Amino acid sequence: MSLLSITRMQTNIGQYAVLHDVTLEVPEGGVFVLLGRNGAGKTTTLRSIMGMWRPSPGSVILRGQDITALHTADIAQLGIAFVPEDMGIFGSLTVEENLILATKSGQFDQTRLQRIYTLFPAIEKFWTKQAWSLSGGQKQMLSVARAIIEPRDLILIDEPTKGLAPSIVDAMADAFAEIAETTTILLVEQNFQFAKRLGRDMAVIDDGRIVHAGTMADFVADQDLQDRLLSLSA
Amino acid sequence: MTQDKTTGALIVKAIVLVIAAALLFAPFLFQDVRSVEVAARICIFVVLVASYDLLIGYTGIVSFAHTMFFGFGAYGAAIALKQLGNTWASIGIGAVAGIALSLVLAVAIGLLSLRVKAIFFAMITLAAASVALVLASQLSQLTGGEDGITYRTPDFFKTATKLMTDEDGKVLRIAGVRMNGKLAAYYFVFFTSLALFIVMLRITASPLGTVLKAIRENEARAEAIGYRVVSYRTFVFCITAVIASLAGTIYAIWLKYTGPDTALSFAIMIDILLMVVIGGMGTLWGAVIGAVLLVMAQYYLRDLMEVASEATANIPVLPHLLEPDRWLLWLGLIFILLVYFFPKGIAGTIMDKGART
Amino acid sequence: MDQLSQTLGRFGGVNLLPVAVALIAFVLIGAPSSWVTLTVAGLAMGMMIFLMASGLSLVFGLMDVLNFGHSAFVSFGAFVAASTLAYFGGWLGSGSVALASLALIFAIAAAVMFGMIGGWFFETVIIKPVYKDHLRQILITMGALIVAEQIILAIWGGTPMTVPRPAFLEGSWIIGDVSIEIYRVFALVLGVAVYALLYLVLNRTRIGLLIRAGVENREMVEALGFRIDRLFIGVFMGGSALAAMGGATWAGYQTLIDPTLGAEMMIIVFIVVIIGGLGSIEGTLLGALMVGLVSNYIGFLAPKMALASNMILMVAILLWRPAGLKPAIK
Repeated sequence: MSLLSITRMQTNIGQYAVLHDVTLEVPEGGVFVLLGRNGAGKTTTLRSIMGMWRPSPGSVILRGQDITALHTADIAQLGIAFVPEDMGIFGSLTVEENLILATKSGQFDQTRLQRIYTLFPAIEKFWTKQAWSLSGGQKQMLSVARAIIEPRDLILIDEPTKGLAPSIVDAMADAFAEIAETTTILLVEQNFQFAKRLGRDMAVIDDGRIVHAGTMADFVADQDLQDRLLSLSA
Repeated sequence: MTQDKTTGALIVKAIVLVIAAALLFAPFLFQDVRSVEVAARICIFVVLVASYDLLIGYTGIVSFAHTMFFGFGAYGAAIALKQLGNTWASIGIGAVAGIALSLVLAVAIGLLSLRVKAIFFAMITLAAASVALVLASQLSQLTGGEDGITYRTPDFFKTATKLMTDEDGKVLRIAGVRMNGKLAAYYFVFFTSLALFIVMLRITASPLGTVLKAIRENEARAEAIGYRVVSYRTFVFCITAVIASLAGTIYAIWLKYTGPDTALSFAIMIDILLMVVIGGMGTLWGAVIGAVLLVMAQYYLRDLMEVASEATANIPVLPHLLEPDRWLLWLGLIFILLVYFFPKGIAGTIMDKGART
Repeated sequence: MDQLSQTLGRFGGVNLLPVAVALIAFVLIGAPSSWVTLTVAGLAMGMMIFLMASGLSLVFGLMDVLNFGHSAFVSFGAFVAASTLAYFGGWLGSGSVALASLALIFAIAAAVMFGMIGGWFFETVIIKPVYKDHLRQILITMGALIVAEQIILAIWGGTPMTVPRPAFLEGSWIIGDVSIEIYRVFALVLGVAVYALLYLVLNRTRIGLLIRAGVENREMVEALGFRIDRLFIGVFMGGSALAAMGGATWAGYQTLIDPTLGAEMMIIVFIVVIIGGLGSIEGTLLGALMVGLVSNYIGFLAPKMALASNMILMVAILLWRPAGLKPAIK
């Protein structure tokens, strides 16, 4: 059974239909990459899963439970974390406060915290700094750290490499690979090189519709398909 | 909008036409002083509310300074008539002064607050209006303070002026109505109000109106297409300020008295809000319906409540709530319910009816 | 110039504004005794306004809800407290400080209770249906304000009401040639205590952490699994209770209150939150102190200007910092 199944999801923002027909099966484990050009509906798909925009009609099922109509907070409680494109960092809060806020109990689980320190040494270094003073890459790390401070089933990550230096992108890729050993990641990307390294399964979205779904290995092997679908994304 | 072509829209326009006809013949249809008073007030409030609708209904921004502009026009005319004598020239000077002041403040407020955050606008206009109100009562040499100013208007509008005379040299009566200056004053109010209303209708039908509707539907998109939303809003704010100011001048001429209660008080602002919401925002027609209903209510509902209050004199609490002074309580409740359940007001709700035909 | 602003920033930046205003006033006034009296009066007034304004600011920051009906709680607080004090008139007149204090505590508690209950009602019935719709929010809360004012008129009547206050808060302390009204000190102490409490709650508790994060980015807090709307009811009730407390204190300060009190204070409250920057408690305090000090100084230096002084202050600050002195980070 898939971890997350999305069936015929349609989402309107105001009077504009952004998603027309999104059907996706995200299997348990590994990184699932959702590719697509700007405005294709990638972010909207993630926000619809998170309940920040209401799909109708359509359904979102997490481990057999229908979460389509649930409140964002309840969806989060069921084990989905969201790393938005703008990272959603609380700038006036310190790094520590950003993380402690994301814990359920208000207390850190030391082993998880140690793991975060190893993944992102900058978090420990800037522990007491206000988050607005961090660099773009550090903010991205904090946002990801916030998503894994509690055990989660699924992490939605929206274009994490946007605007980051290549060295940081590499570090990020390593971190994601490690996180994906224990948690499923649904990654939205435009950077195909980055996506290729991480993805096990993938799908391409265009104009609010899923136009291709399969394994990353097949997709990488099929140059024709890539040219056809990613020229859309060019 | 497809709304314009519905049967509902026809009904609304028919109602407005009936109202306009009733106002046109008001002195003949209702031959007592109070009714003509009501009719004139309706004319002026139609203009005032329609201009407010142009702002709130077509741009979605809430201003609490509309009475302030109304007051500038009224006080401009009042002070000019008092200080410079009761001539047409005084009215002209007063009107221009009122408009000038309104424009300066509208530009200042618009640029200061519309740029920052639309929500500031409501608060800043409220603050500005309250300062204007207090200033009016403080500068008593000029404004007469709390007592206001009484003055004479051009002789043409005097009740003693004979517009037409019969063979005996007495004032001519047509259908029982005296052709005197009072009648001239009423028609002055009616036709200037009508002209202003038509100007506003033209504005909504013009390219400017189209842009405003685009901004109202989707601000971000309009901005993306390249409309300078802030400039447009400031511009509309200025237009509505000018029209409100003119309405104030007309009212000052009609009343021959201007004071805080008739021209500046916050109660008028509340009236305008009630009228525009009850009538229906964003149509201009709604302003007509709202103004008629509320002005009538102001004059006649109190009488009704008086009766109700006396009838329930033996029941505790209830007579207190039905006291004529408490009529705002009930209007406030109606207002809240309307905003919840009929946000489009009377006109908007009727216009949606028959939308499928 | 940059260096100057950096040095200023190190010493507290905009926090220094009230101090600067006080210093300038000291020079202009010339008489130290008057200056002390005015400064105490200004600070006391500022703290009372802070009580009234803090809730409005937080409520806006957290949910983007601008409550024009906020001042109704100020009025209700004033009248509930005045009626409670009148009810315990015997205790006030008994000469016993303990009994009089008890009456005072009851009065403030009654106002606060009323604010909480009224706030709960207001949030659930009036505001909840119009979240995220600013136009209807402004209209509905304005409508609610009209109704609330009418209810006050129906219950307490339109004539001004005298507010009895405990004897131990009457009169002034005379130190040298400086005279300080005791009630002002009381208001000042109360305001500082509430501010300290608010500061601790916001900065030292988990709820406070959620509120601060929610003011900055509500959606993200929800995406982390917290129901901001449930938190919001609490904040709204607290904010209304503070407004009522502010109204109660103001009633004691004015000693003669009438139903227009709320509407009058609303303007000042709005100016304060605009000056301070919506959504931040520190900003609100700063704005309130500025307004309190400036109106007292100007009232002394140029009485004719007193009225416009708040408006001028607001315009000046907005031209300098369009988002207010210390806005919450958004």
